[in-house]
Amino acid sequence: MKENKKTYWKGLEQLSNDPEFVKHADKEFAELPSSLSEDGSASRRDFLKLMGFSLAAASLAACEAPVRKAIPYVNKPVDVNPSIPNYYASTFSSGGDYASIVVKTREGRPIKIDGNELSPINKGKVNAIVEGSVLSLYDKQRLTGPYIAGEKSDWATIDSQVKSKLASAGSVKIVSNTILSPSTLKAIQQLSDAVGGVEVIQYDPISNYGISKAAETYYGTAGIPSYSFDKAKTIVSFGADFLGTWISPIEFAGAYAKTRKISKEKPEMSRHYQFESNLSLTGANADYRTPIKASQSGLAVLALYNALAKKAGATTVSAPAVEIAHLEKAANDLWAAKSAGLVVSGSNDPNVQVVINAINELLGANGTTVDFTNPVHFRKGDDTRMNQFVNELKGGQVGAVIFYNCNPVYDFARGAEVAEGIAKAKVSIATNGTMDETASLVQMVAPDHHFLESWNDFEPKKGHFSLAQPTISPLFDTRQAQDSFLTWAGSTTNYYDFLQLNWESEIFTQVETGSAFQEFWDRSLFNGVVAIASEASAPAAPVGDVSAAAANVAKAYKADNAGAELVLYTKVGIGSGAFANVPWLQEMSDPITKATWDNYLTVSQKWASENGVTMNEGQTSKASISVNGKSLVVPILIQPGQAEGTFGLALGYGRTKAGRVANGVGVNAYELLDASQGFVNFDITSGVEVSATGESYNIARTQTHQTFMGRENVIQEATLAEYKNDAGAGRYHPEIYKDGEFVKPSKISLWSGHQYSQHHWGLAIDMNSCIGCSACSVACQVENNVAVVGKQEVLNRREMAWIRIDRYYSSDAPADDLRGMEVASENPEVTFQPMMCQQCNNAPCETVCPVAATTHSSEGLNQMTYNRCIGTRYCANNCPYKVRRFNWFKYHDNKDFPANVAQNDDLGKMVLNPDVTVRARGVMEKCSMCVQRIQAGKLAAKREKRKIQDGEINVACAVACPTDALVFGDMNDANSKVSQLLKIKENTTSALKEVNEERAYHVLEEINVSPNVWYFTKIRNKDKNEA
Amino acid sequence: MLSKRSLVGVRWNFHTLAVLFFMLIGIQAFAADPAVDSSDEAVAAGKALFNTNCKTCHKLDAKLVGPALRGATDRQPAENVKKFIKNSAVVIGSGDSYYNDLYKEYNNTAMPAHEFLSDDDLNNLLAYIEFGDKVDPAAAAAAGTGAEGGAAVAGGGIPNEYLTVILVVLVVVLLLILAVLGLIISVLTKYLNKQELDEDDQEFVSQKFNLGKVIKSDGFIIIVTALVVALVAKTAIDGLYSVGVQQGYAPTQPIAYSHKLHAGTLEIECQYCHTGVEIGRSANIPSPNICMNCHTHVQNVQGKEGVSPEIQKIYDAVDNNTPIEWVRVHNLPDLAYFNHSQHVKVGGIECQTCHGPIQEMEVVGQHSALTMGWCIDCHRQTEIATEGNAYYDKLVQIHADSKDALKVKDIGGLECAKCHY
Repeated sequence: MKENKKTYWKGLEQLSNDPEFVKHADKEFAELPSSLSEDGSASRRDFLKLMGFSLAAASLAACEAPVRKAIPYVNKPVDVNPSIPNYYASTFSSGGDYASIVVKTREGRPIKIDGNELSPINKGKVNAIVEGSVLSLYDKQRLTGPYIAGEKSDWATIDSQVKSKLASAGSVKIVSNTILSPSTLKAIQQLSDAVGGVEVIQYDPISNYGISKAAETYYGTAGIPSYSFDKAKTIVSFGADFLGTWISPIEFAGAYAKTRKISKEKPEMSRHYQFESNLSLTGANADYRTPIKASQSGLAVLALYNALAKKAGATTVSAPAVEIAHLEKAANDLWAAKSAGLVVSGSNDPNVQVVINAINELLGANGTTVDFTNPVHFRKGDDTRMNQFVNELKGGQVGAVIFYNCNPVYDFARGAEVAEGIAKAKVSIATNGTMDETASLVQMVAPDHHFLESWNDFEPKKGHFSLAQPTISPLFDTRQAQDSFLTWAGSTTNYYDFLQLNWESEIFTQVETGSAFQEFWDRSLFNGVVAIASEASAPAAPVGDVSAAAANVAKAYKADNAGAELVLYTKVGIGSGAFANVPWLQEMSDPITKATWDNYLTVSQKWASENGVTMNEGQTSKASISVNGKSLVVPILIQPGQAEGTFGLALGYGRTKAGRVANGVGVNAYELLDASQGFVNFDITSGVEVSATGESYNIARTQTHQTFMGRENVIQEATLAEYKNDAGAGRYHPEIYKDGEFVKPSKISLWSGHQYSQHHWGLAIDMNSCIGCSACSVACQVENNVAVVGKQEVLNRREMAWIRIDRYYSSDAPADDLRGMEVASENPEVTFQPMMCQQCNNAPCETVCPVAATTHSSEGLNQMTYNRCIGTRYCANNCPYKVRRFNWFKYHDNKDFPANVAQNDDLGKMVLNPDVTVRARGVMEKCSMCVQRIQAGKLAAKREKRKIQDGEINVACAVACPTDALVFGDMNDANSKVSQLLKIKENTTSALKEVNEERAYHVLEEINVSPNVWYFTKIRNKDKNEA
Repeated sequence: MLSKRSLVGVRWNFHTLAVLFFMLIGIQAFAADPAVDSSDEAVAAGKALFNTNCKTCHKLDAKLVGPALRGATDRQPAENVKKFIKNSAVVIGSGDSYYNDLYKEYNNTAMPAHEFLSDDDLNNLLAYIEFGDKVDPAAAAAAGTGAEGGAAVAGGGIPNEYLTVILVVLVVVLLLILAVLGLIISVLTKYLNKQELDEDDQEFVSQKFNLGKVIKSDGFIIIVTALVVALVAKTAIDGLYSVGVQQGYAPTQPIAYSHKLHAGTLEIECQYCHTGVEIGRSANIPSPNICMNCHTHVQNVQGKEGVSPEIQKIYDAVDNNTPIEWVRVHNLPDLAYFNHSQHVKVGGIECQTCHGPIQEMEVVGQHSALTMGWCIDCHRQTEIATEGNAYYDKLVQIHADSKDALKVKDIGGLECAKCHY
């Protein structure tokens, strides 16, 4: 039946067919809410209670409706109209991360962040953190005014105190994450001039100092180069999670996806090798992935260098031999691709990065895929300087320290020492917006505006500028940090004027526009970005030598390290932890582990078997991990693809003063980082001890919550070679026996079929470009007011996400015993499949609803009418895709769900989308294909008396997708992008469209529910079909 | 702001009234400057200009904030009128005695400049002022009765009063028939009693009507019970259906604002204040800055001295920067999505279709039931304004074969997700 003999599994419990898993899989809903009695029968008392309640409810409903007010503005701003959104271009920046954004505001409230399409960096795309950051504006944890010594104060007092104290403090240091803003640096310079010298120390929680340092050694100038993944034919990554968290993941994901999109016209794609310890998002997308120990990574890089040097005729370096699968093959492919090759490493070790530079130099990639002459400014933190600073602070040599929106007590490797040192500084000030781990220790807090309330500028890359503008009046008595700096410098200019003046003198003069400055400023503000044309320059020439670095690497790394190794990483959803208090991000299933609300120690199946650790769904036990004397107790998660002998642990958790949502979630792994070698090392290869404690624990994972009961054809895949032979390779064509012959399932139907006379909305999902990053799922949550249910309810299998990303592992071997499971889970392939309501034309849910609460529209949508739903849940039982969600509780205005910030407190509610109903208890909900956007788009066209243009209506998930894996449009319009992708030629009004694209398929085609969502086969650039 | 306002109170003295009187009776007597174009095109173009630029303060044949305009070119040469429209301050500043008098007469209320109007615009405007919308008293009277008659017909064929009369007549006729029948019975009984009858017939003739027996009969009990049950059920169901229906709800507002005065008497366009009605979901309750466009000048209802206490509330809101908390009259449930622009701009529906005769309401009340049945009924019956709207082209083409007009229901107007999401 199926050409490809792989086994697909969502989790190890499915692979081993665990009885517990089978029990849950058989049931649509896990268990009844605890409020109903165990045996399912109702007692007389229950009946009376219900009677009483119904009577009370009926009489209450009969009462007069409450008087509601309609309060207009006193003086309505001319461009703010109730019910009509406004969009403002702005910029997101945090901890060295950057995205040019467009903020959607309703009645003056920012409610959604999208990417700015004019930005040459993130090109209109965002990731989960940027998407979720809008809720941090409405965080009750934010400070409402300045604080002195823990007491609320006022700005006049704080200004006079700071001014007098700074003047006599001696050495003044400003500690910050990467500052991308040239005007901010200038404002700090003013402060410096006024107080006789201020040193700015920049560090980043997720440091890329090694790259910058290596550039200094090898090319003579420090800096992180621009990478062009779109120009690469062969990509080799040593532990760099460039699709998830490395340097500029939104930009890289978009560029990478360009090389992965495949069609008959362009049957070529890049080949991607990944050598890593933890299974990262990037590793999950690689064609060839090799699990290696962190202690081997340096040697693997050396081995690659030597292999290429031999081909190039350059001198090789001496390196201990190491056996790494696929490395030789990678070298061959790289050599074939030459300057279209790209080698990157996630290591923060400058020596390793020097060798990486040398490799790219051997390939001739410097100047094509790597560009050191146009460095990026993200993550330019200096670990060495920060280390020195901590020493000075501890030694009492720092007169005054200003923490400018950074939290080193929490997110620097030596946070505890910073905490201890702060008390020794004569003056300590923080501009942090919340009373976080650092701000709570300083003498004075002068809280900055939220980034959505601020003016600012950014220079993310040489010659690329962007602006940030306020999208809401400040909610609290905060003040922009730059204004604080200027005030403390004795200046009376406000930062907005300062910014404009700086742009007039610095940037406007470089742009040849021939127009007035005001016009240039207005346009820049409107566009959000400005690029200054620069002439192409010759690639940077190496000035350093690889041999010294290579010798260091050979010394520092071992081919066979016996001890345990810990690789600290960041999750796509939580990142450095700066936005940990956003519940959307906490509840987002991690793309790989599918876990929510926790960090955990990822271990290999082999280690688990040896230590008697088992895991079933979320039920697991804890382990104690100690690193050079510091120890933590963390839950264990058995992770397929984890390199043996290594353990992974995510940073960004274990916040203690982030706020109600994040406090106490997970453990803080920053303190395990090693800063002893001058750079922050994320790979701890010695002094690590792990032991299972046996204490049981539950991790809320969603991976097995919706299963297809072994119907494996949901994933259809092929290799590139197979695809080139036959565009339909890997496709499964089910056939049904009818009247003596086998026919396509679509030929047999009980229904006469719908007619869609005007529009037929459809979605095409390319599984080749979906990288699993989950930006779509957060975007959906924001757009559609999807409730956050909290960890316990996720454990109860009641998460509400409308779009989930199914992550399938696949392996050749069936796993009948533990040994088999070890083999299968050693290094499985990974496939991501976004799954949402398939908007079936023959929808099984519609036929079983007793009250017609779910019905079909004349545009191909499966409509869900909340106010008609009585909660029988028949529809969810009958849904083959398991995409319907039931409101087990009233999640809004309910103190039992404190994590549901966006629906439970006055401030948080400001983020709700006013065009989407907040659902009540007891009703079913599901993906509506953003029907509110469809309706708004149609109305706009009608008002302007024109036809709808393709692209003007788009669903939230597709807008957010950094790789354009989701394409939405009108399948009745033969010229729409979705019709072109699916190759729908005939212009028909029938619901059954003839799709001529060979790769396109319906999930579960055999049951002929005829979805309006099409998937494109996954194509792997592998030599043969193997897992 | 405040001090300035106190200077420009409209004083109604004998002089102004006399002028007004003169102007009113003089309407027919005025002859326009011969330079003014009287072609229909010019009048039509002028009307559009008038509605956008002048209507807030002027009427053609009656005084509003400013004087009645018809005859302006008779009172002054057309060139002077044009200059005044373009920039009244310049004309007044030049010392022109007529316009200075006019300015004083209207309490030094300055008319804004209209420099953006071209000479053609001004000609068209004057054409409308002199020849547009002329009211012939006889025709107006005829139109008035005609409109009333039309309304009566639209009310469902037979007016209510006639129905009552017919009912009363029917009842009287029925009672008469009963009386006649009773008479016939008594006459017949008397006649029979005089005849020789056998015992059975005798008993039949002399039997008495037994009410108790009828009441106790099964048939009667069943009929009465069924009637009572049906009545109670109907009342209960009607009662339940009316839960949350606020038809007729007319709360007292913080300001006794009269739509009758503004929309009815003064004929101010609804969209002048409800600015969102053609662009978005919400029609917008006007913010005080919109009120102040006129109420900077108009401080009291016609014929009253000083500042009206109701208008004072607008000034207070502006001065204290405190919003006016209007009571919301039309409360759709949150689960229903309604968009004004879809209905008003796209559908071309009159405000009154849903909101009733708002121009006659002293206090606004909810005219329609605003129930789902009410929405759906309209969607079933309403034809779509497809004319000139390219969005509907394909739908019109597909629907071309059908005998019936293309209605909202034909393009998915009854589907759940049009209003519920």
